[in-house]
Amino acid sequence: MKYIDEFRDGKLARALARTIVREVQPDKSYRLMEFCGGHTHAISRYGLEDLLPKQVRMIHGPGCPVCVLPTGRTDSAIELALRPGVTLCTYADTLRVPASDNLSLFKAKAQGADVRMVYSCSDALRIAQDEPEREVVFFAIGFETTTPPTAVVIKQAAALGLKNFSVFCNHVLTPAAMVHLMELSAAGGADSVRIDGFVGPSHVSTIIGSSPYEGFAARYRKPVVIAGFEPLDVMQSILMLVRQINDGRAEVENQFIRAVTREGNQKAQRLMGEVFEMREAFDWRGLGEVPSSALKIREDFAAFDAERRFAIPYRQVPDPKACECAAILRGQKHPSDCKVFGNACTPDRPIGACMVSSEGACAAFFTYGRFRSTTRT
Amino acid sequence: MCLAIPARVVEVSGVDQARIDIVGVQKEISTALLDNVAVGDYLIVHVGHAIGRIDPDEAEKTLAYLAEMSDEDARALAAASM
Repeated sequence: MKYIDEFRDGKLARALARTIVREVQPDKSYRLMEFCGGHTHAISRYGLEDLLPKQVRMIHGPGCPVCVLPTGRTDSAIELALRPGVTLCTYADTLRVPASDNLSLFKAKAQGADVRMVYSCSDALRIAQDEPEREVVFFAIGFETTTPPTAVVIKQAAALGLKNFSVFCNHVLTPAAMVHLMELSAAGGADSVRIDGFVGPSHVSTIIGSSPYEGFAARYRKPVVIAGFEPLDVMQSILMLVRQINDGRAEVENQFIRAVTREGNQKAQRLMGEVFEMREAFDWRGLGEVPSSALKIREDFAAFDAERRFAIPYRQVPDPKACECAAILRGQKHPSDCKVFGNACTPDRPIGACMVSSEGACAAFFTYGRFRSTTRT
Repeated sequence: MCLAIPARVVEVSGVDQARIDIVGVQKEISTALLDNVAVGDYLIVHVGHAIGRIDPDEAEKTLAYLAEMSDEDARALAAASM
């Protein structure tokens, strides 16, 4: 597979690993957060932590939109789905997320709700066109990678004059979450975790460009290296971070030059700006209320906003007591620190969102690494 | 969720539409988020939409850098074993 296989070459991975081993200072510790769940998955799947010296520790970040979506929002989606006449379309990731009253979207479907899995929001639009008697609601989740496609279909729905299509918008923003993590860190206390550098998300950055991280790097004095998704991309980015930390630099560097520019995809950014605007704040699992971190649909497209159309109340719902997803999403705890990890909570019978999503730290660790020792600095 | 795959354009099939090929599997996707999509382009496809293009020159640069790093590593290994 072109542009994939070349970046998975084992010999080059080991050469990168040896280079990193040579360049880490023996008495220094390098705590690097990979923000994006896709990177957590790549690191687990390719066993990259085994290639790294013990001085380098990868900390899993909250860049998993399913994981950070609070239970209350999933409850709202389930409530919508259970209404007669509503067809709720959703990405596959959300179907098995446990919500309140022992429900999930999947279980609601078993109870008779018309819940349909779609690969693309465009499929939801097509369903609305094909089934005019149904109220089709698209459950939109995702960071900036996934948001522009939602903007495209809302505009298409408007152009078509559709009367039976709306979007339940839960899109969230990456830089805001990174800032919030740094603020938690700076405040000290139980919720803080020391992070020395960030592996920046790949496809979020294809959309937003590398410039949004520049203010962040300067303000918090932390290096950010935007990394591609393949294992060699991640290894090269870790090397670049190690070098920055050794040099005392805090810059934004782009390793994913084949797909990310400084300005990003400006057409996508324009479309997002046309359709969405900032919410004042949004409740995140693990991070609490984060200001200016999520999007809502603009007044111009109110007819396609499920929250306006259906008057959906939001209830803040705490995670199950045994669930450590919140601390794991902040990078404070590792999946193996969770008492129910691997016993009561498994991919087959998940208790928390981190185990359901293929990008969740728990799912990644369970699938690829749970027999590996986790003793690192 | 953020998973996206580089896919080759085999046909520009309509306004804001293209047919792409990934290892022989073909699919119609939306190109509404890009301009001037052409046959032969490698696009990054996410949830049925092309969100960006792979720049072949920049991909070459990355591979060249990795090759150079590998050579340096080989030299370091050789030096260490002497």
